[in-house]
Amino acid sequence: MDLHEYQGKELLKSFGVRIQEGIVAHTPEEAYHAAIELKEKYNSGWCVVKAQVHAGGRGKGGGVKLAKSPDEAKMHASNIIGMHLITPQTSAEGKLVRKVLIAQDVYYPGETETKEFYVSVLTDRGRQCNVIIYSTEGGMNIEEVAEKTPHLVHKEMIDPAYGLRAFQLNKIAFNLGLSGTAFKEMRSFISNIYNAFVSSDASLIEINPCLKSSDNLIIAADTKVSLDDNGLFRHADLEAMRDTDEEDPIEVEAKEHDLNYVKLDGNVGCMVNGAGLAMATMDIIKLSGGDPANFLDVGGTADANRVEKAFRIILKDPNVKAILINIFGGIVRCDRVAQGVVDAYKSIGDIPVPIIVRLQGTNADEGKKIIDESGLKVHSAILLKEAADLISKVLK
Amino acid sequence: MSILVNKNSKVIVQGFTGNEGTFHAEQMIAYGTNVVGGVVPGKGGQQHLGRPVFNTVADAVREAGADVSIIFVPPAFAADAIMEAAQSGIKVIVCITEGIPVQDMLKAKDYIQRFDCRLIGPNCPGIITADEAKIGIMPGFVFKKGKIGIVSKSGTLTYEAADQVVKAGLGISTAIGIGGDPIIGTTTREAVEMFMNDPETKGIVMIGEIGGSLEAEAANWIKANGNKKPVVGFIAGQTAPKGRKMGHAGAIIGGADDTAEAKMKIMSECGIHVVSSPAEIGDTMRKLV
Repeated sequence: MDLHEYQGKELLKSFGVRIQEGIVAHTPEEAYHAAIELKEKYNSGWCVVKAQVHAGGRGKGGGVKLAKSPDEAKMHASNIIGMHLITPQTSAEGKLVRKVLIAQDVYYPGETETKEFYVSVLTDRGRQCNVIIYSTEGGMNIEEVAEKTPHLVHKEMIDPAYGLRAFQLNKIAFNLGLSGTAFKEMRSFISNIYNAFVSSDASLIEINPCLKSSDNLIIAADTKVSLDDNGLFRHADLEAMRDTDEEDPIEVEAKEHDLNYVKLDGNVGCMVNGAGLAMATMDIIKLSGGDPANFLDVGGTADANRVEKAFRIILKDPNVKAILINIFGGIVRCDRVAQGVVDAYKSIGDIPVPIIVRLQGTNADEGKKIIDESGLKVHSAILLKEAADLISKVLK
Repeated sequence: MSILVNKNSKVIVQGFTGNEGTFHAEQMIAYGTNVVGGVVPGKGGQQHLGRPVFNTVADAVREAGADVSIIFVPPAFAADAIMEAAQSGIKVIVCITEGIPVQDMLKAKDYIQRFDCRLIGPNCPGIITADEAKIGIMPGFVFKKGKIGIVSKSGTLTYEAADQVVKAGLGISTAIGIGGDPIIGTTTREAVEMFMNDPETKGIVMIGEIGGSLEAEAANWIKANGNKKPVVGFIAGQTAPKGRKMGHAGAIIGGADDTAEAKMKIMSECGIHVVSSPAEIGDTMRKLV
C-alpha cells in the first residue's frame, strides 16, 4: 500500500524525523490560507505547491510549482487541482489531482550552501536484510545515478539480529561528507528513518531529496512511503490512510469481495485459482493470440458465489471479448466449480462474450460433463493446450 | 530415495486443532504421512485426530520424536512458530501460512540459521514425496511416483506441472513448493542442488515467476555444476506489468533483472530447457529423459 507524500511525512514526523512542513489543500482557497499559515508558523515567505498523487516524477508533469506569495499559491493550486497529471510513472491519461500539499520553503539562503542527498530504506531480497541506500547525488533519478556513477551510490546492510548500529550511522554521515551540526543531524535523521521503517512495517521509505539546509538542518523535502500489506494488520492507523481514489475502482471492488484482481489492458479476461497459475494463464492467453485483460486469483474456494462475483468484476471491463476460467482442482472439486459456473451464468443472465472453462484435477471429467450438458454457450476443456486452442478459435 | 522427507519422517502439525490444521492433517494422514501429533499451546495432553496434542514443539520432539513440522498458525504468530520449531530441534520446517510480515520473516530466517534445520516456505503448498509423505496442502493423487523432481514458487502451477509430468509417463520423485514471498527458507538453487544429488531424480522441473533473482541464481549454479540432469524451466508472468504485485507478495517487477524475459534468457544461456507455454512442461521433459 502506497502513502501520499503528506501522509508519509506525517508518519516520519511522528518518529522524530525533521520534515519540510506543509498543509494539505483541496481547493485554491484552502491553498491560499495554508500559505498564510505557513508564513506565520515557519516564517516561510515562499512555498511549494505539490500535487498529491501516487506517482513519482510529479515535477516533470507540472505538478510541483514554487509560489512567492499566497496569491501565487492559490493560482498554482487552481491550475493543479483537477488536472490529469502525466508523469513518467502514470498512464498516458495521467492521474486526476484531488489535493495539493502546500509546503514550506526549505531552500532559504543562509550561512552555508544547501545540499541535496538521497536516502532510502528497503528490504534487499537477495541478501535477506534491510538496506539503507544513500548518495550525495540527491534530487535526481537514483536509478540513473546508479547506472552512470555507481561509486556514488552507497549501501549499508542492516543485520536482522542486531539492527542499525552507531558505527553505521557515523559511516553514512561521513560518506555524505558532513561535519559538525549537519553530521549529528544526519545521524539522528537516519536513525529515526530506520526506526520508522521497521516500526511501521514499511517496504520502502525514500527521501529524495534529503536536504541539508543553509543552517545545517537535515530535512525530508520529499518522501515516498510504501507499506508491506502483510504488516497492516498491526497498523490500523496506517491502514486508515488508504486512498481508494488512487486505485482502480474495479480493483477496489474486487478487494471488497476478497478477490485478488489486477486490471490490465487486454481483451481476454481470466479467472484462475492460485497466483502462479493465474500469471501462467495470462501468458497462455498472449501465446494464443489474445491479450490478458486482468489477473484474477479466486483463491481456494471457487464456489458459485465467488465465481459469480468474479464474472461480474471481469465483465465491468468493456474491452473483454472472451473469458477463460482455468481451475486446477485439488482440494476444490471440479464438479463443484462447474456447477458454480453454471449457476453464476444463469444468475447473471446472458453473458455477451464467449467463455472457455478449463477444469483439471479432482473430478475433472464430471466437471466437463456438467458444463457440456448445461446447454450454455460455454466451451469446455481439460488440458491446458485445449484451452489455449479454444482461445485462438474464439478470437477469430 | 527422494529429498528431505519420506515415509519415515515423523511429522507434527503446529496449529493442529484449527480449521486449516485439522483439515489438512486429516488429508495428510489419509495420504499415509506419519503424523505423530500436533502442537497447540494450552491444549497439551488432549487427543486430536487420534493423535496427541503438545503444548510446545520441544515436548513433541521429546515425547513423539518429531523431526518434521508443518505450520498452519495465523500470520501474526507464524514467524514465532518457525523459530520455536528450529530451536526445538525440528529438521524440516514447512510453513504454509500466507501473509507473514516481511520484517518478521527477516528475523525468523536469520534466527533459524543457527540451527541444523531447513525451512520450506512460507506461503507455499509444502513438500510431497510421492507415495511416501505429503507435508503440505497439495492434492496427493496428482503426484504419482516417478523420477522427476519439481521445484516451484507456486501452488496450483506445481499441480499443473506434476499432472503433465505424470501424464507424460514420468512421475514425480519429490515436489517442493518454495513459496511466493520475498523472504523464504529454501531457495530454488538449494532445491535444485538436492535434486541433482538425489539418485532417484532423473530430471528437474523448475518453475519460477517474476520478482527476485532465485531463478538466475539456480541457473548459474546448474551451469557451474555441469548440467548433470535435464532441467525444464518455466517463468510465470511474461505478460505481467511492471510495479504491480501479482497475487504473491514477491511477484513484482522492480528492475530489468526480475522480468520473466530476463530470467528466461539467463536460464536458456545456462542450458535449461525453457518453455514459453506452461502447457509444454510435460512433453518437453518426456523428450529429454
